[in-house]
Amino acid sequence: MTTTMTRPGAGTTARHEPPRTGKGPRRQTGRHVMLAGIALLWLVPLLWAVYTSLRPYSDTAKHGYLSWPRSLSLGNFTDAWQQSGMPHFFWNSVLITVPAVLGTLLFSAAVAFFVSRFDFRWNIVLLMLFTAGNLLPAQVLITPLYRLYLLVPLPQWMSDSLLLYNSVWGIIAIHIAYQSGFCTFVLSNYMKTIPKEISEAALVDGAPVWRQFFQIVLPLCRPAFAALATLESIWIYNDFFWPLALIETGDKRPVTSALANLQGQYFTNPNLIAAGALMTAIPTLLVYFALQRQFISGLTIGSGKG
Amino acid sequence: MSSTPVAPAAPVTPDVPPRPRTRRPTRPRRLGPGDRLFLTVAIGIPLAALLFFVWLPALASLGLSFTTWDGIDLADIHWIGLDNYQQIFTNYPPFWPAVRHNVIWLLFTALLPTPFGIFLAYQLDRKIRFTRIYQTAIFLPMVLSLAVVGFIWEIIYNPDTGLLNGLLSAAGSSHHIDWLGNADLNLWAVLVASGWRHTGYIMILYLAGLKGFDPALKEAAALDGANGRQTFLRVVFPAMKPVNIIILVVTVMESLRAFDIVYVLGGGVGSKPGMELLSLLITDNIIGESSHIGYGSALAVVLLLVSLAAIGTFLVQTFRKEDQ
Repeated sequence: MTTTMTRPGAGTTARHEPPRTGKGPRRQTGRHVMLAGIALLWLVPLLWAVYTSLRPYSDTAKHGYLSWPRSLSLGNFTDAWQQSGMPHFFWNSVLITVPAVLGTLLFSAAVAFFVSRFDFRWNIVLLMLFTAGNLLPAQVLITPLYRLYLLVPLPQWMSDSLLLYNSVWGIIAIHIAYQSGFCTFVLSNYMKTIPKEISEAALVDGAPVWRQFFQIVLPLCRPAFAALATLESIWIYNDFFWPLALIETGDKRPVTSALANLQGQYFTNPNLIAAGALMTAIPTLLVYFALQRQFISGLTIGSGKG
Repeated sequence: MSSTPVAPAAPVTPDVPPRPRTRRPTRPRRLGPGDRLFLTVAIGIPLAALLFFVWLPALASLGLSFTTWDGIDLADIHWIGLDNYQQIFTNYPPFWPAVRHNVIWLLFTALLPTPFGIFLAYQLDRKIRFTRIYQTAIFLPMVLSLAVVGFIWEIIYNPDTGLLNGLLSAAGSSHHIDWLGNADLNLWAVLVASGWRHTGYIMILYLAGLKGFDPALKEAAALDGANGRQTFLRVVFPAMKPVNIIILVVTVMESLRAFDIVYVLGGGVGSKPGMELLSLLITDNIIGESSHIGYGSALAVVLLLVSLAAIGTFLVQTFRKEDQ
């Protein structure tokens, strides 16, 4: 639907193109109409979900979904919140996302520091190993990973399954290993732009390498860290494949995977599911709106350098 | 495979004569033992994690693809050589449909959402008001989890309660279309949902590229009498080569890896008729009741090899520049 409707739009503006160069603001009305139309069209699915979630199930059951509302309320949200144990799943998501993001940033900063600031023979190979690792399809890893997780023992205080399987640590570990490829790639590009003289001066002063790393290079990378942290938080929070495969019991899963439970339980109540789905999206939406600039520059420092 | 084209480029670096950075004649100091220890630890731990959690499983998948195994007892792994591959190519009914669907996915994404995202970026790059609002609206789906995207489209496509059939019947159509159940339609329904997301992604990537574009080039083109389309096709697009490559890789990788949205819209039970994809067939064989690990791994290796072509292209393009 969306694509067929947008194509004519694309055609018409191509024809409106020529007068563009004469910076007249009135010429832009046509473009605004088109862009606003597309933007609205793009929001339709999301707005429909919001509308559905605000209507009581009884209302939609009687009058159909495509009808004027008799009443709107947040009832579905409170129900989804209470009945499906959402707070618990949100907490699981926090337990996974925060350490995974911090770990990914630390690991990739170390690797990026190594490959971008020192002339070692294996730098390119190392960087390629990390970058390519991030591009492997998850399905290619999953069987051996699952067996591996069953073989690795963990102490009681880390995992009550006594294994990497079915533990939050396992999910954190795979996120860190998998995501550090992307972050290493971005950070190494970023660190190359930091003049070598800065750390050479420190070397001459006799500062050990670890101090250069922690006190000179890391603070200078703050903008890149902000961008990557935003991006990675959203990606890791949104992921549901790893927990689905590597966590057996539902109650340890993060909220995105737990959403599947909700669907199974309340299969017949789309209003409730819509509310649940939208609720899981709230944290990412908040992060996105608060840190929009960082988010977008995060997506693009990887590509800008290309 | 991916490394071979890069390898010859690496040794070239030292003897490129007019190296702009000829300074750094003396290394200020050799690394002391403490520095070496720090670097070893700093690189060793991430590298070990990467090898253990990512590359070891990838290689193990390769190994398992030559075996037959039910996934339970390690002693039951039997080497059968290329049998899995032979079976897949000749005697596994869903395989070729899955390949076809992956190709359709790639072509659809490359021909509609990708150019459309580029088009939108080009429109939004001009200094116009509300550009932030437009960008946000179109990019928003990218921020949502694919699981959430799946649920949102579920309530649009649902044959009884969905928006689409509701609109159709309000428009007077008596057809009751099962968008996700009909094997001729469901792939396209999912592609629309996926394109909804992909457009915003491409738009943002391209927009970022356009920010670094020299406006003088555009002005020169305008002075030469080029119209908007000519300026884009002859001046802007060719100059954006690095971003174009990234976009190509993103499009190919996303098309090959497509999984979550199909999984959710298919009801979370593996592949459905009409929606078979390589990633879902792997999951079917590995997680399904009668797990055929060897078989699933062989499918995974097929997917891996195709992905490596894309990964290789990307790495070569990226690191060739790095070496110069």
